[in-house]
Amino acid sequence: MLSAYAMVGLFLLMSIVLLGATLILWWLLRPKKPNPLKLETYECGVQTVGDAWVQFRAQYYIFALIFVLFDVEAVFLFPWAVAYRQLGLYAVIEMALFLFLLLGGLLYAWRKGALEWV
Amino acid sequence: MAQIYDFIYNLFPYLGAWLHGLLQGLGLPEWAITLIIGLIQAFLLANFGLIGFAVLTYVERKIIARFQDRLGPNLAGPYGVLQPVADGIKLLTKEDTMPAGADRWVYNLAPLIIAVCAMAPLVVIPFGPGVIGVDLNIGVLYALAVGAGALVGVLMAGWGSNNKYALLGAFRAVAQLISYEIPSVLSVAVVVMVAGTMSTVGIVQAQDVPFLFVLPLAALVFLMSGVAEVGRTPFDLLEAESEIVAGFHIEYSGMKFALVFLGEFVHALVVSALFAVLFLGGWRGPWLPPYLWTLIKTGLGIFLFFWLRATLPRIRIDQMLNLNWKFLTPLMILNLIGVALVDKGLRAAGASEGLWAAGMFAFNMAMLIGALALPGYLGRRARMAAMAPAAEGAEELAAAEAAAAH
Repeated sequence: MLSAYAMVGLFLLMSIVLLGATLILWWLLRPKKPNPLKLETYECGVQTVGDAWVQFRAQYYIFALIFVLFDVEAVFLFPWAVAYRQLGLYAVIEMALFLFLLLGGLLYAWRKGALEWV
Repeated sequence: MAQIYDFIYNLFPYLGAWLHGLLQGLGLPEWAITLIIGLIQAFLLANFGLIGFAVLTYVERKIIARFQDRLGPNLAGPYGVLQPVADGIKLLTKEDTMPAGADRWVYNLAPLIIAVCAMAPLVVIPFGPGVIGVDLNIGVLYALAVGAGALVGVLMAGWGSNNKYALLGAFRAVAQLISYEIPSVLSVAVVVMVAGTMSTVGIVQAQDVPFLFVLPLAALVFLMSGVAEVGRTPFDLLEAESEIVAGFHIEYSGMKFALVFLGEFVHALVVSALFAVLFLGGWRGPWLPPYLWTLIKTGLGIFLFFWLRATLPRIRIDQMLNLNWKFLTPLMILNLIGVALVDKGLRAAGASEGLWAAGMFAFNMAMLIGALALPGYLGRRARMAAMAPAAEGAEELAAAEAAAAH
């Protein structure tokens, strides 16, 4: 098993090396003539006002929170799905109950207006 | 003749065995042989991604051009086939402009992370029996998890650029990609449930009937969320040219821009390859060698992506989120429960393999038609309700005009 993950590591290393090589080749070939005008932040021809690092909509947080909920559910779901063949009807109904609870949570968020993009 | 056919059919196993014998003949220890073969495999796989990217940029432009009654690139080489090479040389000789206010490390690392995360799932895509980087026992989960890692790169690119368009694009990207992760994970869970394994090889072996015909609803949802996760039209609002110019990769030039694009195209390649593995039966098919079948089925998925791009307009962000959270996610949860119950029921009734597949197909199609009819009905009702007051207003206006005329 460990050697299997070694192969994954080898592949990741290989892609980093190959992609890094193109970056290095680029670094060797590219012209380097910076001037302040070139290095300005692009904004359709007008001077940028202030930073882009500002407060943003809270709505993104809400979607991220609901996502985390469902992602954790996926963690429970996959082992169950793999073992599904060996499980009886009881385990299927248990999982159905769990999923209905989640669905209830989603409906609650829906009714509360958390899914509206205002 | 039969020998040549056999050699072509089993090309990669033969090459592997030959290489193994050659290295043994050189008197190398077993661990060194494993390492060398592993390196060669990794090199070939990585180049599959890189060359696939180059080919896809050309093929996409040609196909889109044909859809739009144009010729597409036709100057570089015969039929313009050297266009990717010309593009590559151009990008290699472009100056690097990093905006003065950018966060240096975050900005420069982001393209590499996007590209590597997009390449990473290639290692678990099977091209034939035994022709695979590595057959992980959690293959599908690995592909989903690592593929989603590109999201971090996208957010880094948007935040690190210190550009308002880039930040807007990154926010949209994150909202979209994490949202569509859910239906995609759920549809894969349905497949894993029916196949009984998370290994990509195991899933292909389980498909005596391609899962497209057993689980059509899961296939459709996986394809839709795949398009959304790759961020292609109609879900390309994270890089909408007409609103936020190019989204998160607006400030990148030269090779860094190429890496971002490589990430996008290789991700599309990986999603179609996964679609082929999960729903179209992977390498299985008559006559042709397994690796050709994999490529043909992957190509079908990619062509569908291009076709969608040529056909559909971009959707708005609220529509995109509504489609996911109010339609696809509840639908897939219900589908998962339904498939589990129907499967257990058919198995308990002792249905044969064909009958089982037919039953699953019928259930899925019924659910699909019902699911498509419901929003259509609700939408029509909402439109009627919106139109009714306007109609009343028009009548009153007409009445008032008539009164004024008298």
